[in-house]
Amino acid sequence: MYDAGKIVLGIGIFLVLVLVPFLYNWSTPAAVTAPELKLPTTSTQCVEATDYMRVSHMDLLNQWRDIVVREGRREYVSRLSGKTFDMSLSRTCLDCHSNKAEFCDACHNYLAVKPFCWDCHVEPKKEGA
Amino acid sequence: MDGSRRGFLWLAGLTALGAAGAASLKALAQHAEGPSVTVGLQGETRWAMVVDLDKFRLHKSWNRCIVACHRVHNVPSIPIKDDEIKWIWTEEFEKAFPSEEHEYVADRYRQLPVPVLCNHCNNPPCTRVCPTQATWKRASDGIVMMDWHRCIGCRYCIVACPYGSRSFNWRDPRPYIEGGAHRDFPTRMRGVVEKCTFCEERLAKGLKPACVEACEHGELVFGNLEDPDSEVRQLLREHFTIRRKANLGTQPEVYYIV
Repeated sequence: MYDAGKIVLGIGIFLVLVLVPFLYNWSTPAAVTAPELKLPTTSTQCVEATDYMRVSHMDLLNQWRDIVVREGRREYVSRLSGKTFDMSLSRTCLDCHSNKAEFCDACHNYLAVKPFCWDCHVEPKKEGA
Repeated sequence: MDGSRRGFLWLAGLTALGAAGAASLKALAQHAEGPSVTVGLQGETRWAMVVDLDKFRLHKSWNRCIVACHRVHNVPSIPIKDDEIKWIWTEEFEKAFPSEEHEYVADRYRQLPVPVLCNHCNNPPCTRVCPTQATWKRASDGIVMMDWHRCIGCRYCIVACPYGSRSFNWRDPRPYIEGGAHRDFPTRMRGVVEKCTFCEERLAKGLKPACVEACEHGELVFGNLEDPDSEVRQLLREHFTIRRKANLGTQPEVYYIV
């Protein structure tokens, strides 16, 4: 075989480059564990069932946004409990989930999604700052 | 028709023409019945404001209503003139009412600051030009609304508004909010247009607009034009009022007692 040394070296470099992400993930196990959310202590039940909220909270928030801004209605009746809630992200949601960093951000960072809610809506910790 | 090829083609052509003609006639008729361009509202509510300039002159309370509004709505105080954000502010008389100004206008008006804000026009030019429907006249009460989620910052509305009522966020407003942002009202982000909304979020709770509440001597009066017994209608009955640039046909809903 001609240039065996160079070829073997090349294959070696190629393999290292391809495997870098896997090696990186192995070496930092914390990055791949699912986040543990800090649930609010003030209430035991969200506006809708937990499973629904986990999967579809963004859809619910979009619905709330459109109904409040475009239609001018502000009251939401829960399908779960029948209770009425004010459709407000910065009040209804964040009054319970007051720690955005440990609730919203924990999951969003894990999934690398960047919702733009907080460009305008003010989280409790940023109030007065 | 004797079943010849020529006869058949004639018949087919005429039928096609007739069908197409009927369809286009129908479409034309529908178009004529479509959304009318009349400027009146069918609703039972049409919010309006009456500004009493003499009361403002007496109590010198311009600033109080401006501060109240800007605090409630997280409006930033940006010191750079080109970038400033204004929901309600004061303008010199001759700038607020360019067509009423003349060389011999009474001295007490010449220097008088006139509080100005979005006029919530009954025939708003700003809403027509918005490509995303981020601003629209609400059918239920005539408020010219803003949806900051939808605004793409094209600023057509700023050009269309003859009153300068709209401001553009050239920079992130948050660092300029005096006392910091509070979470009862969202801030805006860089790249969107904003303006007075007649405090629609307060009206929904049964409160008066913040500026009206702050001016305790009745300098600003807010109410429903469609209700003949409302305070605004009474004031309009009793006083001579002018509106800003009413000759443009925008039908502004902020009236000034001079």
